[in-house]
Amino acid sequence: MKSDKLLNMIKSEQNQNGYVSEEAMAHISQELRLPLADIYGVTTFYSFLSTEPLGRHVIRICKSVPCFLQNGETVAASIEKELGITPGETTADGRFTFLLTNCIGACDQAPAMLVNDTLYGNLTPGKIKKILQSFD
Amino acid sequence: MPEKKILTDKIEKMDPGRIGSYGGFKALKKALGMSPEDVIKEIKDSGLRGRGGAGFPCGAKWAMALKAKGDKVLICNADEGEVGTFKDRYLLTHNPYLLLEGMAIAAYAIDAKKAYIYLRAEYRYLLDGLLNAISQAEEKGYLKGLDITIQEGAGAYICGEESALMNSIEGKRGESRFKPPFPTQKGLFEKPTIINNVETLSNVPIIIDKGAKWYSKLGTDDSKGTKLFCVSGDVKNPGVYELELGSSLKELLDLAGAEDVKWVQVGGSVGSIVPSDMLDTPLAYETALGSGAVMVFNSTRDVVDFVHRTIEFLNEESCGKCTPCREGTEVMLEVLGRLVNGEGMEEDLDILENLGTVMKDAALCGLGQTVPVPILDSLKYYREDYENRISQSVFLRTLKTVSG
Repeated sequence: MKSDKLLNMIKSEQNQNGYVSEEAMAHISQELRLPLADIYGVTTFYSFLSTEPLGRHVIRICKSVPCFLQNGETVAASIEKELGITPGETTADGRFTFLLTNCIGACDQAPAMLVNDTLYGNLTPGKIKKILQSFD
Repeated sequence: MPEKKILTDKIEKMDPGRIGSYGGFKALKKALGMSPEDVIKEIKDSGLRGRGGAGFPCGAKWAMALKAKGDKVLICNADEGEVGTFKDRYLLTHNPYLLLEGMAIAAYAIDAKKAYIYLRAEYRYLLDGLLNAISQAEEKGYLKGLDITIQEGAGAYICGEESALMNSIEGKRGESRFKPPFPTQKGLFEKPTIINNVETLSNVPIIIDKGAKWYSKLGTDDSKGTKLFCVSGDVKNPGVYELELGSSLKELLDLAGAEDVKWVQVGGSVGSIVPSDMLDTPLAYETALGSGAVMVFNSTRDVVDFVHRTIEFLNEESCGKCTPCREGTEVMLEVLGRLVNGEGMEEDLDILENLGTVMKDAALCGLGQTVPVPILDSLKYYREDYENRISQSVFLRTLKTVSG
């Protein structure tokens, strides 16, 4: 079964280079002898895979209902203000990409976010600055 | 009724990094002394049903897999993406050994040599702890003859649906499959497969240890055992609570410190809506349960805003394979967007109701079939809130006409 390696190969490309470039997709396509459309189809299906370069650190703040109820939008706005970018954008220095995401399963610590693979809960606008400062 | 902790008893005092802190896989030893058929009978007799949301009888699923021909596969579904649900995270964080023991027993019962844990990308921080737990269990010889692979997801709610999950392990887009064939006939790589939720498998060692007779005394006729509930939203103490099935919603809300409740959504984004005058509803498969997510909304909350946000989520997460779900969520979102933005039309509620009925009947998988639940439930209990939005919209249009 050649296709079963596909998702893992795309993921390791994402983890190593921060995104999945057209060249990388073409390379995987050749290696697995699968149509390029399949590689693109899988890459664009999953929210943790990106066809555009991402920043060194990826902020994913939860926008689902439990976080919304605990003022998640105010915290998201404080990130926008702190970084000067809106959701979906990357800072000019390539330090952060800021994304809104669906439920990350931390509703008992709402509002919550992931920065890369680390979970931060019980967020307030006041806590954001310090958390972001801890990333180079 | 207080909490009834059988899965979560002293769980926070354990050291998840040390297998010795968990004990000796006593139930596995007991199971290995029984025939696979007897283990399955015990699970059947216990009345254990799937804890991920769908509630399929666990023993019946296992029996089908045991009967099937070919190499069997066991999958643990740790793709806990349902909004408001975090019980599996809690179990995996504090006691991964209970799950591993449950997996070892399940693999023995269906004669599987290969197992997967499908861990959602959002829970990557749990990966090292899980790998450590697996290697400790292997060292102790508890996983003899069983190869467990952790397959990480890549961010997709739909991959919690079992057929989409299998497609994802196969390296494909996580789209749902047509059924039949069911996974127990043709599952992962076309092999007979059972897929059980983390909490379901974590119940297994307890049932084998204490016996089906003891276990089946807990709960109601159709809902045996306990359930982990995830309480979030407008409460003082959000968190995981383990209660006997059949306990009332009100008991749970009291434990979590809910006040001034307007409504509760039980079961996640596609869960039923329970208005404040029905809080004595028992939490059970036959009434309201789903994944065990319990989201609480107080009197300051607006039901139309909430439904709009929920449908926005489901629209984003629809896999797009079947038309009723792909296009249906699109139209629902458009209509709800109109209502929220003061642009509602008289026919909007009819559109929502008709579309909801069609999606229930015609969507391919559990996602599309249950998308209408929050809409139809909220229309049943809070129709006035929707109608107010429409009359406000009409009024706004009148103003425009007059001033324009």
